[in-house]
Amino acid sequence: MAPHGGVAAPHSPAASGRHRADLLGRSSRLTAGWQDATGPASLREHMDRYGPVPQLGTGRRGVLIDAVTQAGLTGRGGAGFPTGIKMRSVASRRGPAVVVANGMESEPASEKDKALLARAPHLVLDGAVAAAVATGANAVHVCLPRSRDWLVGIVADAVAERERAGLDPVRIDVHDLPHHYVSSEETSIVQWLNGGEARPTAVPPRPFEKGVGGRPTLLDNVETLAHVALIARFGPAWFRQAGQADAPGSMLTTISGAVSAPGVYEIEVGTTVGDVLALTGLHADAGPLLVGGYFGTWHDREEVAALPMAATGLRAVGSSPGAGVLIALPAGACGLAETARVLAWLAGQGAGQCGPCVFGLPAIADDFSQLAGGRPKGPVLDRLERRLGTVLGRGACRHPDGAVRLASSALTAFAADVKSHVSRRVCLSARHGQQRGPLLPIPRPADAEVWQ
Amino acid sequence: MKHRLAVDPIACTGHGICAEMLPELIGLDEWGYPVLADREVPAQLGSLARRAVRLCPTLALRVEAANADRRVPTGGTAAQPAPSRGTDRSGQRR
Repeated sequence: MAPHGGVAAPHSPAASGRHRADLLGRSSRLTAGWQDATGPASLREHMDRYGPVPQLGTGRRGVLIDAVTQAGLTGRGGAGFPTGIKMRSVASRRGPAVVVANGMESEPASEKDKALLARAPHLVLDGAVAAAVATGANAVHVCLPRSRDWLVGIVADAVAERERAGLDPVRIDVHDLPHHYVSSEETSIVQWLNGGEARPTAVPPRPFEKGVGGRPTLLDNVETLAHVALIARFGPAWFRQAGQADAPGSMLTTISGAVSAPGVYEIEVGTTVGDVLALTGLHADAGPLLVGGYFGTWHDREEVAALPMAATGLRAVGSSPGAGVLIALPAGACGLAETARVLAWLAGQGAGQCGPCVFGLPAIADDFSQLAGGRPKGPVLDRLERRLGTVLGRGACRHPDGAVRLASSALTAFAADVKSHVSRRVCLSARHGQQRGPLLPIPRPADAEVWQ
Repeated sequence: MKHRLAVDPIACTGHGICAEMLPELIGLDEWGYPVLADREVPAQLGSLARRAVRLCPTLALRVEAANADRRVPTGGTAAQPAPSRGTDRSGQRR
């Protein structure tokens, strides 16, 4: 469980599937061989490492769906929906389906999808193609952020390599979409692929009913599809060797902040938050944790250290691993100031479509900024709490809910700071330590008006 | 059949006519957008509710079956579980 993966040795091409599966272990599955990698695994390196995907003919269409269901794989993009159920929903509808691999990764604190695609693009493509065959799809679309043209190049090269080898029974198209926060939402991607803007649309219909070209569409995060590729090879029992009975498998996490070795790690699902942080060399004086990214929640370390990094385990404290993000606040940093910066950014990252989000998020961000700056105008805390309650659940997508969730959790986790800031005294955190520069990354505003 | 009000938040531009027609079930937030009561449309308000739907200038308001299944597959980073309204993490009212 070293940064960027395990230490699995290169395997001989003759190794059997069973042997390969054993070599992968429980937390170097997706990340096998990453430590020695200088670039993306070529198709040959990839096949040497994992072996071929068993041919799953259309006559045995249900085999992979059954395997994914039995494996208990859940979506790794943040929502955590059971992948097998989603596949079956798409497969059971009439007419040819479409598969979309979502590599948009708009969460600024997550780097795992980027890392996965940059090192093991063929694993993601294997999974997308296997899912296409299983759901009766005749097209695969890989969606990537336009701001990462280098990554688009890597994936396009991998697709060309597969075409030369005549590997896949379906066509794979690689797309670069405008990189707004809400553009990774599934309805945004579907609307863009249909020639529109990468903004969320009202649901229903959901993409699994009527998506790309009006066809049933399976839209999965790229890491989810990489797990599908391994389940297709090694089966559900192997998948369940890692993780917990109610949260099986491995997952990628991105860990940053007050740790010695920040980066992308593969862990068994359900490893406790404390153990995950120990891997990365958590600083002894680190403060509260942001769990789940910018739509996530702040917590005291003690509150979550013993909880498993899994949706099932974190639900007890109203949290979720999201896309597998953990950030430790360094000593001396002000959690309110950090949250205020993120809220201001999120307020500008909406699609500009729904009134409660268009007007509510900037108002909430402004309240929070007054709070963080120790310059409250009027009863800022009452106003803020009322607005958080008002905006929740009133957008077409979950963008406003995510921002509300982050803000609400900050008010709880930094309750002592809130008190001192409201009474216009200096920030407790800043007084304790040296003044810190900003911690949480805020992406540069790029082509703010371009949604097409 | 039991019914609930629903609004398409993208189509809604905050005219506020619905809140005038049906203050029993629709309030307005501080920016003029409708906040729907989280309950079924009582039988005696059914005709007013349908009238509010007809009068919505952007066709954003609708009446739908109360038992419509909202639990469907979702995906993407923008779809995490929502916090419960007005409660903190320990479940107490703030």
